[in-house]
Amino acid sequence: MLNFILRRVGTFIPTFIGVSIISFLFIRLLPGDPILLMAGERGMSDERYAQLMTQFGFDQPLLTQYWSYLTGILQGDLGLSFRTKRPVWDEFFTLFPATLELSLCAIVFAVVLGIPAGIVAAVKRGKWPDQALMTTALVGYSMPIFWWALLLIIFFSGMLGWTPVSGRISLMFFFPTDTGFMLIDSYRSGQAGAFASAVEHLILPTIVLGTIPLAVIARQTRSAMLEVLSEDYVRTAKAKGLSPFRVNGLHALRNALIPVITVIGLSVGTLMAGAILTETIFSWPGIGKWMVEGISSRDYTAVQGGLLMIAVIVMVVNLLVDLLYGFINPKIRK
Amino acid sequence: MPLLDVRNLSVEFKTADGLFKAVDGIDVQVDVGDVLAIVGESGSGKSVSMLALMGLLPWTAVVTADYMTFDGIDLATCTARQRRAIVGKDVSMIFQEPMSSLNPCFTIGFQIREALKAHLPLSRSQRQLRAVELLEQVGLPEPERRLRAYPHQLSGGMCQRVMIAMAIACKPKLLIADEPTTALDVTIQAQILELLLDLQKDTGMALVLITHDMGVVAETAQRVSVQYAGQKVEEQDVEALFANAHHPYTDALLAALPERASSKLLPSIPGVVPGQFDRPAGCLFSPRCAHADDVCRSTSPKSASQELGLARCHYPLQQGVPLRGDV
Repeated sequence: MLNFILRRVGTFIPTFIGVSIISFLFIRLLPGDPILLMAGERGMSDERYAQLMTQFGFDQPLLTQYWSYLTGILQGDLGLSFRTKRPVWDEFFTLFPATLELSLCAIVFAVVLGIPAGIVAAVKRGKWPDQALMTTALVGYSMPIFWWALLLIIFFSGMLGWTPVSGRISLMFFFPTDTGFMLIDSYRSGQAGAFASAVEHLILPTIVLGTIPLAVIARQTRSAMLEVLSEDYVRTAKAKGLSPFRVNGLHALRNALIPVITVIGLSVGTLMAGAILTETIFSWPGIGKWMVEGISSRDYTAVQGGLLMIAVIVMVVNLLVDLLYGFINPKIRK
Repeated sequence: MPLLDVRNLSVEFKTADGLFKAVDGIDVQVDVGDVLAIVGESGSGKSVSMLALMGLLPWTAVVTADYMTFDGIDLATCTARQRRAIVGKDVSMIFQEPMSSLNPCFTIGFQIREALKAHLPLSRSQRQLRAVELLEQVGLPEPERRLRAYPHQLSGGMCQRVMIAMAIACKPKLLIADEPTTALDVTIQAQILELLLDLQKDTGMALVLITHDMGVVAETAQRVSVQYAGQKVEEQDVEALFANAHHPYTDALLAALPERASSKLLPSIPGVVPGQFDRPAGCLFSPRCAHADDVCRSTSPKSASQELGLARCHYPLQQGVPLRGDV
């Protein structure tokens, strides 16, 4: 087991270097000059410009810049954000809990609805519940996130007034954010209505961010279940006189979970990408919104650091998924 | 009253080309403590009829029967919940492929205890004790250790023993064994059959043994029901059947036994069991039958008398000679 983990972590190294190169080059390929953007409308003198170029190291060859970036990373230093002059590492981890909270809610939403939907569709294959669920899943998957978000806002926030439009909590509340997770902080604050307000603010972003993973999980669960339902051991389970709930939800599902877990792991990448749009639409103060702001102000260090951190998170999650395989199916463990 | 009484059971499968009749008007009676062998080639509907009884057929199957009573309860009309209370408790079944019939994700112990939990009011520790006892009963050494094992850690023969332990967990009145030895090595086959018969004797349960092996039948069964293309063609006590088969198909099956071969070349039955598209007009066996005439090829035969083994034949055999005209 340890050997397996070490080997997997070993494959991280080339991926990590690859991502660092791509993120480093990507932001520099964008037209626009971070120093001119920093100066704003007033502009600056040529001497000051040259001085700043030297200060940020932009006068050096790209390779030298990359090398100093890479050595920085290895010492845990992602550099200072151009925009805020604060360490990128600190910025990232100040904002990351907001994204993590939203992503976790979205993935829970997608799993809790997606897996049962897939099971029902597989058990009732060809009948109306199957067709209804799978058509809905396809529509959900095909829906552009920003458009779907706007529809939900117009309907639930605008017309019905049920949910707030943006932010993480109502402005009426103020309390220390120790953990960065609004649900936990608001609960611990003990202020009446704070927790409810945090939940209300989470509902629409969760639905928007969770829709595509939900559709993918439902479809994957269905196809994996269809394969498993015709297996001999499912027949054995039925022959024991077990309830359909136990036969489908335990004996069949446990065997169908491997591809489903894989998809859940991969959808973490989708969630991070989706978070950028979702956070922008709902003014959610997470890393998605932070990255978008970083890109528009050509904040090189913030964007490349953020991309790198997201890539590492996706890699770690997928490693965890691989480790889960063995727990789900003991046959893989040996 | 027989323990199991099935009348006129038919099973049809919905296929893209219409309905396919896999089982065609079968009667099955099993008394308490009976050992019945159901014999036939692949595709003769042996397994399907028993799976229909257990309610284990896929959703494409349409099951009809005049009645299917087990221990006084009609399985054809009872609810799914009522059936689940019987299946796995009073009637249980083991299958052809023991390795794939056990769930790879759960330990042997979990799967046995689960069968107990579903039907018996035992505590957790009682279930564990009973599981150990069951593994001892089916001849698995080191039962405590085996209970913690996963199916892939056991051999095929051991898996079949586990399946048997699971099936007899709730002391069933009837055990259906669907070709339990087909997937196993020859040496293991004999052990498993012996185990089944020992258990049958010890517990007094009835046993239905589905097989295509006449040799197995001779060693195990009290009564034999021969099926062909979804129909029952003959039923007799085992000694009588081997001494005097009345249906030409049974006769041909017996002639194909190596022990009975008189010439160097083993006799075989030409052709295959008719499928969905090549069902003959008259007797279903007529295209392969050595004694068939025009009547056989045009009219479907009825079952003959009890003395003639209920043979579904126009000219049942008497000591290998067709009885013509006087039936």
